[in-house]
Amino acid sequence: MEAIILQILNGLDKGSAYALIALGLTLIFGTLGVVNFAHGALFMIGAFCAVTLQRLLNLSHEVIDDTKKDFLGNPLKVDVPYLADWFGADAAQTIIQWSVPLAILFSIPIMILVGISMERGLIKHFYKRPHADQILVTFGLAIVLQEIIKAFFGANPIPTPAPPAFTGSFDFGALIGMENIIYPYWRMVYFAFAMVVIAGVFAFLQFTTFGMVVRAGMADRETVGMLGINIDRRFTIMFAIAACVAGLAGVMYTPINSPNYHMGMDFLVISFVVVVVGGMGSLPGAVLAGFVLGILEAFASMNEVIDIVPGINQIIIYLVAIIVLLTRPRGLMGRKGVMEE
Amino acid sequence: MSKSDLTRRGVLRAGAAGLATPTIFSGAVWAASHSGFTNAPEGGSVTLGFNVPQTGPYADEGADELRAYELAVEHLNGGGDGGMIPTFSSKTLDGTGILGKKVEYVTGDTQTKSDAARASAKSMIEKDGAIMITGGSSSGVAVAVQGLCQEAGVIFMAGLTHSNDTTGKDRKANGFRHFFNGYMSGAALAPVLANAYGTDRKAYHLTADYTWGWTQQESIQASTEALGWSTVQNVLTPLAATDFSSYIAPVLQTDADVLVLNHYGGNMVNSLTNAVQFGLKDKIVNGKQFEIVVPLYSRLMARGAGANVKGIFGSTNWHWSLPDEGSQAFTRSFGTKYGFPPSQAAHTCYTQTLLYADAVNRAGSFNPCAVAEALEGFEFDGLGNGPTLYRAEDHQCFKDVLVVKGKENPTSEFDLLEIVEITPVSQVTYPPDHPMFGGAEASLGSCNPGA
Repeated sequence: MEAIILQILNGLDKGSAYALIALGLTLIFGTLGVVNFAHGALFMIGAFCAVTLQRLLNLSHEVIDDTKKDFLGNPLKVDVPYLADWFGADAAQTIIQWSVPLAILFSIPIMILVGISMERGLIKHFYKRPHADQILVTFGLAIVLQEIIKAFFGANPIPTPAPPAFTGSFDFGALIGMENIIYPYWRMVYFAFAMVVIAGVFAFLQFTTFGMVVRAGMADRETVGMLGINIDRRFTIMFAIAACVAGLAGVMYTPINSPNYHMGMDFLVISFVVVVVGGMGSLPGAVLAGFVLGILEAFASMNEVIDIVPGINQIIIYLVAIIVLLTRPRGLMGRKGVMEE
Repeated sequence: MSKSDLTRRGVLRAGAAGLATPTIFSGAVWAASHSGFTNAPEGGSVTLGFNVPQTGPYADEGADELRAYELAVEHLNGGGDGGMIPTFSSKTLDGTGILGKKVEYVTGDTQTKSDAARASAKSMIEKDGAIMITGGSSSGVAVAVQGLCQEAGVIFMAGLTHSNDTTGKDRKANGFRHFFNGYMSGAALAPVLANAYGTDRKAYHLTADYTWGWTQQESIQASTEALGWSTVQNVLTPLAATDFSSYIAPVLQTDADVLVLNHYGGNMVNSLTNAVQFGLKDKIVNGKQFEIVVPLYSRLMARGAGANVKGIFGSTNWHWSLPDEGSQAFTRSFGTKYGFPPSQAAHTCYTQTLLYADAVNRAGSFNPCAVAEALEGFEFDGLGNGPTLYRAEDHQCFKDVLVVKGKENPTSEFDLLEIVEITPVSQVTYPPDHPMFGGAEASLGSCNPGA
């Protein structure tokens, strides 16, 4: 029983990342009709916003420490952050340790800018082209973006720890009278954060005039246009919001796994499966499928399951996708008429 | 890749001549032969092929390998401070290249994919006229490229490859490995672990699901069980896995008190980070402190795991802080040129280049079979690992192995590991027909000079 609860918890944080990325993908597909294979790269750029802020906060000047030697036997050059000069060593250390939460604020304007540049600079030219062209150009863009990140930050993972207040783990078992159900604090934070972002996006679409127009545009773009509303501009803003959601998912993911240039690609394919299983164009479907697949993937990694079906952990998501598409061709919550022309 | 003056037709001609060349020549006979093998050098230069990951997840390690190769070429051609050439026990290298020919090089990108690595090696051999291929940062790639070099009739001097298979069941007459292997890691690490954590321990293994992971796990399990440990479970994890939480969580449900992470690169960084997140380092099981072990350490990768490596045991082929004359000379040479200390991958690649060049000089020929003969059974010193033997039976180097531990208080981003013990070579030596290395069936085959 403990193992099952633990894997459900594991599935929730993995599902959170899938849901956030798939939510953005669905927003873009639903509004612009574009299959965006560069969406994983936006997740990765978000993560590297956290890395960048960490490096900015660590900007230092060198002080020579004559009492110590470097690897060549020369006096050791010690890096002292400018923040330490300005605010004192303790305050500087605290600010640097909280770089990931601070990166939420840092990443929002950057992701909006990246989203708008991507949509206006490249993707808008492919609105009327076949989906195959869109896939090719956005996939190419994803490779270019990850190579740029690699050129600046290298290929190795970069440690980006959570603030000390969230680095430990929580004895979840003690709450429910069970043993050995330990769950890291930061993964709980990630799940809660994902819930807030998802609720925010749904509230924005449901309760604002802007959201109402966007929803109307998703249902019937031509009619909304004929009413004199500039739907294209609103869709551009939606692209920026989708980029922001993916970026925030990336920022908060950095303490879970050290970011590297390839992390976007690792999530991309699974996120597309999530969108298809959830139902093309269905925002609730994307969120539901994200969590369902995340939890199923966690269960499939249990030793007891692998012992019965070896290799199931590597194919479970695709297996579920096949079953769902065979039994419900529109996905779990897909609607008639979407992606069926 | 640079353009060679050798044509494909020329290569084929040389290969055809090789068909008629018996492979039982002694060193003296080889010395008279400068043709009859693949890519026999013409003119005043010789081309080496450096096949390293320039893209993909091990690109940083590949970049460090390439730096080491460039330094080796510089030193072979008489440039710089000579690095480890003055400390090398063999004195045939005099800064005039190899056999008096200036050393040039071409590079290929393995991408850490076997097919891409074979394609780039093939291109360097056929188009660029490379006489020797070296490099790589993965055992899958090493085994694949070694097989290609065997077929093509050139020498392969392996880079970073730690699977037992490279010089075990997949050993080849044209392939040579300086780097240590999984068996050696296990044999060196197990006594240190038993000493530090006791002999009554229960280990849970997470293992990367490919050739290196399998042989690494098998070796560590055998070595630790021989000292009294038991193995609770071994779980194979997909190489593409990024989040190991669902593999780490079940460890909590067992009575294991040690987690062995048979992972390398990004896998190691992520699995170790996840294990620490789940509080394993702070856990008490069976009345003992829970421990984590990373059998193969890489300083470049350890940086990615940050503070999580502190206090964790592992093994490594070489470390820049070694005090011997050769290690210090190489660290000084590399550090002065590039501004940071070399990695173990850089060290093994630099060493392999010098060993190849010296073997050619001693053989008096570039003929791969002459070079192989010169390397087989060669004993040397001064290259950073103490007295070393290139064993004739399997082309594996035998030398001391370093057991290291993540440093508690690093003074810099390079100062992550501390050497805990230098395990003597006698403790890590095994017979060539050891069951983990292919048993009695494993064979080098015949040297191929190119045909």
